[in-house]
Amino acid sequence: MENYSVYVPRLVTKRENFAPGHRACIGCGEALAVRLACKALGQKTIIVTATGCIEIISSQLPYTSWRVPWIHTLFENTAAVASGIESGLKILMKKGRIAQQEITVVAMAGDGGTSDIGIQALSGALERGHNFLYLCFDNEAYMNTGIQRSSATPFGASTTTSPAGKVSIGQVTWKKNMPAIAAAHNIPYVATACPSYPIDLMAKVEKGAATPGPAYVHILSVCPTGWRCATDLTIRIGRLAVETGIFPLYEVENGKYRLNFDFPKLRPVTDYMKLQGRFRHLSEDVINKIQQRVSAEYAELKEKASEGKG
Amino acid sequence: MAKRVGIEVSLAIAEAAKLARADVVAAYPITPQTHIVEHLAKLVADGEMDTQYIPVESEHSAMSACLGASAAGARTFTATAGQGLELMHEVMYVASSMQLPVVMTVVNRALSAPLSVWGDHSDVMAVRDTGWIQIFAENGQETVDNVLCAFRIGEDRRVLLPVMIHLDGFYLSHVIEPVLFPEQSQVDKFIPPYQHPMPLHPDRPVTMGAFGPPIIYAETKKAQEVNLEASKEVILQCWDEFGKTFKRYYSPVESYHSEKAKVLLLTMGSFGETAMTAIDKMRGEGREVGLIRLRLWRPFPFKEIRQAVKNAEALIVLDRALSFGGPGGPVCSEIKAALYGEDKKPKVIGFVGGLGGRDITPAGFEEIINRGIEISQKGSENEFEIFGVRE
Repeated sequence: MENYSVYVPRLVTKRENFAPGHRACIGCGEALAVRLACKALGQKTIIVTATGCIEIISSQLPYTSWRVPWIHTLFENTAAVASGIESGLKILMKKGRIAQQEITVVAMAGDGGTSDIGIQALSGALERGHNFLYLCFDNEAYMNTGIQRSSATPFGASTTTSPAGKVSIGQVTWKKNMPAIAAAHNIPYVATACPSYPIDLMAKVEKGAATPGPAYVHILSVCPTGWRCATDLTIRIGRLAVETGIFPLYEVENGKYRLNFDFPKLRPVTDYMKLQGRFRHLSEDVINKIQQRVSAEYAELKEKASEGKG
Repeated sequence: MAKRVGIEVSLAIAEAAKLARADVVAAYPITPQTHIVEHLAKLVADGEMDTQYIPVESEHSAMSACLGASAAGARTFTATAGQGLELMHEVMYVASSMQLPVVMTVVNRALSAPLSVWGDHSDVMAVRDTGWIQIFAENGQETVDNVLCAFRIGEDRRVLLPVMIHLDGFYLSHVIEPVLFPEQSQVDKFIPPYQHPMPLHPDRPVTMGAFGPPIIYAETKKAQEVNLEASKEVILQCWDEFGKTFKRYYSPVESYHSEKAKVLLLTMGSFGETAMTAIDKMRGEGREVGLIRLRLWRPFPFKEIRQAVKNAEALIVLDRALSFGGPGGPVCSEIKAALYGEDKKPKVIGFVGGLGGRDITPAGFEEIINRGIEISQKGSENEFEIFGVRE
């Protein structure tokens, strides 16, 4: 670790474009992910954020955590607002009203703002081919409003609107595969990332920003408040999500899949699940079912990656 | 010199956006707005209009993309109608609250269900309180002129508010009319380039759209209200300047033979022109009737309305929308509210008509006026009457 603290500052800027002093919960994986993403993005950036945790913790009038130009308007329209900014900059540069330069337009939203209410605007913007980067910070439920289920909530998780009960295991649907939906738009760059792997995350954000056309990065963001886990386990749980194969880190570049971290043997899903209160009620049967699904999906992904295609 | 051409009003609107040099257009097709966005797309495709045209996947995204473009400092235009306006609803509040001067023509259309693509003002009334400046046009020329004025008014540093220009679906949008188009050089002089004081740009980072806790929210809304009220002065100046330059004059409330009329009819939108025909005929028969046309819907012209109707005995208001379970027509309620505190005021009688594209002919207007007079003398059990409806 000592060596790392000497080495890392040489790789990563010390400048914080997402300023400290925001109101995120202790151990928030999303705030960490945003901070890392902002480091990777640099100054020549305009950020559009959906309504949600990040907007609420960073922008209470008259304060702001943003040291780059930032706009929030509504919940479901983030990708559409980004479309407008990108088009606006393009024409203003063409007409010589602002100086010609590379400015990265970045849309940020949570899993609800991406895979539920914002999916139409996102699909439209990806299909139209705007030159922008979309970052989905996935904490697997509507955390800002108090842990309600979304289509990104994993099977079996207990949330306030998919509570585990005498006759329910909690969430009864499988997590929507948002990166695959993004990739199905045939955009040049799709990736998954997690702040537990900071250098990988920053590299992917940088790559997405440098990609001409739309890029999508789906970032698993551990939420101790909603997942009911200890606040000092954020990094470890993120790593376990990857090591169990529940959230594999991969890229889809021009349709070609590449697995960034492969493991000869995946850890059992229980290693990940037992640290989180949202899964505590699950029976062995249900856990086995989840294990089977995770193994099968991982094998499928690995095959795609080995074939080097979609 | 300006040239007069016969042109469909929808196409004329697109030509006006071209003359205004709109930088970005984000639009989604909906009847009866389609001819506007089709013509804009064509102008861009032919290289006649240097504009980024974003063919979005919904009206919600159309208005959202307009927010982004306007915040980046681009002059932004869109058009919609009926259901499309409803889908934009929440986004419209953001445009006005964040002072993004988007210009939009609304081709007024009825709301579902049952589905109706035909004109009335139900869509307008549902977005009444969104904080936009709202102007009604009665014919093609007025529409073109006011689209040009909309950019100048909205983008004025003293205003920075979005502007809606309303025109009636089909009755106005789809008719071919003679329209005088000003020269490009005249328009360039009349509408200076848009410069938002604090656009999104890395050279000068700004935070837009931070959330407002209770300690500050009310102040933001007060500021917005003061700003919209104050925009009236700029609107008047703009129309004044427009009149001096182009010799066509506009005002918040326009009168037709109203000075000595005992009975006044009030309309908004293209019905005003039909009503004039009825007024002409009735005056020819010696009847003391006149017409008031409300052009500026927001900010509401209280002073001008009070002044225009104060000497009349009866004021008959025709609404093209219903406030279900309420006082009938929204325009009539507002007129009543505006006059309530006045010492000298006419009796106000409310009619609702022309719903979902139902026409009202000059003879129909005569009937409305006669019935209105009857109600003003004998009274009525009803808060309002729906004109020409079968029981």
